[in-house]
Amino acid sequence: MGVEVTVEGLTKSFGRQLIWGDVSLTLPAGEISVLLGPSGTGKSVFLKTLVGLLKPEAGSIWIRDKDLPKLSEHDLYEVRKLFGVLFQDGALFGSMTLYDNIAFPLREHTKKSEREVRDIVMEKMEMVGLLGAEKKLPGEISGGMRKRAGLARALVLDPEIILFDEPDSGLDPVRTAYLNQLIVDLNQQVEATFLIVTHDINTARTLPDNIGLLYHRHLAMFGPREMLLCSEEPVVRQFLNAQRVGPIGMAEEKDADELAAEAESGQEIPPLPPVPVQLPPSNGLPRRTQRPPGEWCRQNGVTPPPGSFEGVDWTVPDEGTVYSSRYAQPVDGDQDTVTLRRREG
Amino acid sequence: MANPVTAGLAQAGGFFAFALDTIRAFPRRPFQFRELVQQAWFIASVSILPAALVAIPFGAVISLQLGSLTRQLGAQSFSGAASVLAVVREAGPIVTALIIAGAGASAICADLGARKIREELDAMQVLGIDPIQRLVVPRVIASMFVAVLLNGLVSVVGVAGGYFFNVIMQGGTPGAYLNSFQALGQLADLVSGEIKALCFGAIAALVACYLGMNAKGGPKGVGDAVNQTVVFAFMLLFAVNFIIVAIYFQVVPQKGS
Repeated sequence: MGVEVTVEGLTKSFGRQLIWGDVSLTLPAGEISVLLGPSGTGKSVFLKTLVGLLKPEAGSIWIRDKDLPKLSEHDLYEVRKLFGVLFQDGALFGSMTLYDNIAFPLREHTKKSEREVRDIVMEKMEMVGLLGAEKKLPGEISGGMRKRAGLARALVLDPEIILFDEPDSGLDPVRTAYLNQLIVDLNQQVEATFLIVTHDINTARTLPDNIGLLYHRHLAMFGPREMLLCSEEPVVRQFLNAQRVGPIGMAEEKDADELAAEAESGQEIPPLPPVPVQLPPSNGLPRRTQRPPGEWCRQNGVTPPPGSFEGVDWTVPDEGTVYSSRYAQPVDGDQDTVTLRRREG
Repeated sequence: MANPVTAGLAQAGGFFAFALDTIRAFPRRPFQFRELVQQAWFIASVSILPAALVAIPFGAVISLQLGSLTRQLGAQSFSGAASVLAVVREAGPIVTALIIAGAGASAICADLGARKIREELDAMQVLGIDPIQRLVVPRVIASMFVAVLLNGLVSVVGVAGGYFFNVIMQGGTPGAYLNSFQALGQLADLVSGEIKALCFGAIAALVACYLGMNAKGGPKGVGDAVNQTVVFAFMLLFAVNFIIVAIYFQVVPQKGS
């Protein structure tokens, strides 16, 4: 079971340059959240601040009853054991084989015998589909494999919180799809709290339970995916739909003149595209924290764009509704009537 | 941009904080013995040959210069003592400093810098391992250890080169060469040379690790860090050399004075 992470009023600057200020959000336990933002808005900095690699100027990060920025070096190393981080290029140790890389945290932090280490490492390598590549060096494998190996290493201590720094950067669309599927399946299996930093719109639209958008040195919005995907807020709407019309320009933000000219020219903002269904785990069973499509819209009286949720009637409450069989065929015959559990509260 | 004075002070302050962190991490367990041996072997392998090759002409030049000077002064019988003292007290540690900073420290900085920009060091911290304890401490100790041995090597090679040039080329007598050495030299000369080498090794490795671990801006950043390492290490080593020599002459009484 994952751990809830609460961020309050977090502010980070380098020298006199503010990166982002007053960021407050809560990563719900066990859910997948995505943090989006145009390039250069400090998404990776946010991730590094979250694990205590960078110290914020102000604000708190609450994990259980600990406030991360105020911890001593020693306590920080303890809290970090709750985290698994997948860095952009996997950040594997170049001098070690994949096996040694993945075994590294176990050998450092546990007194497990080599046999037990081997069992765990093999299990994680199988999870990410890297069996047979144990003896390879990080320099000898493709970027996608490096990311998967980095993921296996991040998983090896059974973290409660897993952070992904642009898992889709530098991967082709097919590999990205595979990796996204892997992330969903992993969330279903380990039920940790996931935070994915990305600027890939497709990933952001289909993968998460929650979406956050960093823009212009602050957090523009954070909430359930349907809230953002149906949002009329110009920034959110422009970014999530990859449009040119809107407040985000080529250089971080458009200036006022440009915006006024844009308004005058009467450029039509294209209608919101339909909200897609969430990427289901590959065994067809819903994740424990997954919410039924349309639930947020119904509860908040928001009408999603036409054609949303691939025609599922989102207006009907889901109690007892069977719809998981809509997804890929379940492995087990008598499991196809599993219903999604409603999220508490 | 911050002004250059505060930026320079911040850099110096950062370096001192880093050096103190490293010293504090020295006694921490588990000690990375494997890494120490690997690093010592690595530093030795990149520095032994250049050190020996630099030491021969260095010893020869000192021998030639002092041989001619002592002849001009009419103190030819002391040419051996003068050149041996020059090699053991000064030339040995200086050559060691050049090689340790130029070959050893630049390699350490390049290695750590590459790890830094590949985010390996961040990953290590997130996995709950302190890179200072894990990577910096073994490198500093290895560099100190190799510097001491290198100083011994340079001294021997330099003295042998000096002897060869003095006796064979300049027609000095072997007896006078060795005898005069005993008249002026003392064990403290060798000890001070080794202490200098020890300090040089530590400082060069600390500078290399500090700059390497703070490299930023991609591959170019690593290149810049390596460049800075060599420049800063040289400057620091020569400054420290001066301080140690000044202390040495205050503390150790000289023969015949």
